[in-house]
Amino acid sequence: MRTTIAATLLAGIATFGTGIAAAETLTIATVNNADMVVMQKLSPKFKEKTGIDLNWVILEENVLRQRVTTDIATKGGQFDVVTIGAYETPIWGKQNWLAALDDLGDSYDYKDVFEPVRNMLTVNGKLYAAPFYAESSFTYYRKDLFDKAGLTMPEQPTYTDIKKFAAALHKPADNQYGICLRGKPGWGENMAYVGTLVNTFGGRWFDMEWKPQLTSPEWKEAVTFYVDMLKNYGPPGATSNGHNENRALFSSGNCAMWVDATAAAGHIYNPAESKVADKTAFAKAPIAKVENGAGWGWAWALGVPNSSKKAAAAKQFIAWATSKDYITLVGETQGWVSAPPGTRKSTYENPEYKKAAPFADTVLKAILAADPTRPTAQPVPYAGIQFVAIPEFQGIGAQVGQSIAAALSGQTTVDQALQTAQSAVERTMKQAGYIK
Amino acid sequence: MRLKLDRHAALSVTGWLAAGLLFFPIAWMLLTSVKTEIEAVATTPSLIFTPTLENYVAVQERADYLKFALNSVVVSFGSTLLALALAVPAAYGMAFFPTKRTRGTLLWMLSTKMMPPVGALVPVTLVFRDLGLIDTLAGLVVVYALINLPIVVWMLYTFFREIPREILEAGRMDGATPLDELRFLLLPLALPGMASTGLLAVILTWNEAFWSLNLTAAHAGPLTAFIASFSAPEGLFWAKLSAASTMAVAPILVFGWLSQRQLVRGLTFGAVK
Repeated sequence: MRTTIAATLLAGIATFGTGIAAAETLTIATVNNADMVVMQKLSPKFKEKTGIDLNWVILEENVLRQRVTTDIATKGGQFDVVTIGAYETPIWGKQNWLAALDDLGDSYDYKDVFEPVRNMLTVNGKLYAAPFYAESSFTYYRKDLFDKAGLTMPEQPTYTDIKKFAAALHKPADNQYGICLRGKPGWGENMAYVGTLVNTFGGRWFDMEWKPQLTSPEWKEAVTFYVDMLKNYGPPGATSNGHNENRALFSSGNCAMWVDATAAAGHIYNPAESKVADKTAFAKAPIAKVENGAGWGWAWALGVPNSSKKAAAAKQFIAWATSKDYITLVGETQGWVSAPPGTRKSTYENPEYKKAAPFADTVLKAILAADPTRPTAQPVPYAGIQFVAIPEFQGIGAQVGQSIAAALSGQTTVDQALQTAQSAVERTMKQAGYIK
Repeated sequence: MRLKLDRHAALSVTGWLAAGLLFFPIAWMLLTSVKTEIEAVATTPSLIFTPTLENYVAVQERADYLKFALNSVVVSFGSTLLALALAVPAAYGMAFFPTKRTRGTLLWMLSTKMMPPVGALVPVTLVFRDLGLIDTLAGLVVVYALINLPIVVWMLYTFFREIPREILEAGRMDGATPLDELRFLLLPLALPGMASTGLLAVILTWNEAFWSLNLTAAHAGPLTAFIASFSAPEGLFWAKLSAASTMAVAPILVFGWLSQRQLVRGLTFGAVK
């Protein structure tokens, strides 16, 4: 009896343990963004073409970063293709965690991929992740409200214009707010926006000796402007609004203006997702003093971790999912407005895309202007426009984000917030050995 | 009499309030799951809207719910059986043949629950990698059995202590071996307690998310991994996330209702004396 139980148990465990063994199966780890959901839906076409099976693992963004890091560090080899962003790619590429993607074949047409986008994902002349979709930031505004108030949005607005418009269109009694901006703390939330604002006010995160610059006059001016504008002409409780919350507010018709990711344009323009699809127009990201880094640059990209044992097949998948043909496939099956934006010249030359996406030209200009190699007016030792491509930035950005949210909610003054942030960043940078 | 009635009413009201408070998040999740994405994040949440099942359709379209649900069932019941198999002899030994170190052993077992799980993440990942257990159901069964073992041992120990030793002694007089004693006397007597211990372990495993997210990839992910996959860094997701969560808690909710009596009895048993 005893032996039978033990044997059954062991046999059971053995069956669970074997897993599924197939000739060539790739495991793809990705996030749940709409464009990735489409990629998963269309992936049977890739299998048809190549015979390669695909397993999908959809993870929350931070869990994905943690899982892939652990996997690479322990050489687990769990993932063959991973979705990463413009922040991790240069860091991981430098650490030799990713396979270089310079050999995706002639038909890949690297020159067709926008140069600023390629630059975001390149380290020492090598491309470490292929862009799946890319974005900059720009200004969304409600054409109907502007017309009614007799206002005209210039193609290149300044922050002085924006503040004037916000004041004129702020009608909180009707649930209509002058401007919606990110207030939720996080390096990828409020700090993405505040980073661009500091850039255009002429500031920078660090000087050439890696000394934090958060108490500089530029930071002070930029953050004071941000807090004033959002407090006076923004929605209530702005500190809980991130990209998604503001997108919902804008699509429900509650914001007269919104400065945020260009990648949301397709969704704002889609009547199924938005009440203001036919009332929205677009302008460049506003500038204050200098043009550098006024709009951010971001790409969701696909990379092959060096722990993968199926790098060749993985590259085949990436070449497919980031190709011109794939974009056409999405355009033809899901509608051209849903085509992955921001990566290829050919998309923006395609008349069908231009017809379906009237915002295409403005997005294109924004992406071409977002040059990660000159993010600020003054010289900096780092790459990245709305982030600093060093491993410590995730922590730094989170901490500074908290301080600025505290200033926005009125818990501290802007001066106090920046002082706290400066000390925290100094401490981190000392501990990490950048400064003595 | 009057006073008694008032006290009764006050108790009822408090009970209902507590129940309402506990149930509110679940009710809100259910409501959100039948809203559209835009309604789900509306700043003044609307209570009047046209319910839609589109989120459930979208969730099922993107992910294979049944696969995740089956993994959850295998992992939670498998780990509970394994934990019981290990815990019954351990609790038996400590309850009926205590030594001066029994108390210390019990406390030491419980102390393993005090370390944050992430502290063991890298060692466990390395061991699992070498044994080929990452992303396997067997791996999760082992991890969860070990995680729940201290609680299971403690609960069984309490139940075993309730059983009069005289019954076991009588059995021994009649020539029962320790194994006979376990099988024919102890297990039938402690069955209600074991059942409630098992139920608790099943529920704890069902809801655990740290290890299931960190040790699975494409094959062994249970429902917690299924839920987590519906949050998105860019794009609205609350309604679909709520639909996925509702689908994930539904089976265990039904299971919990059906076994409510056992569970309450198990959790309060021993404590009342």
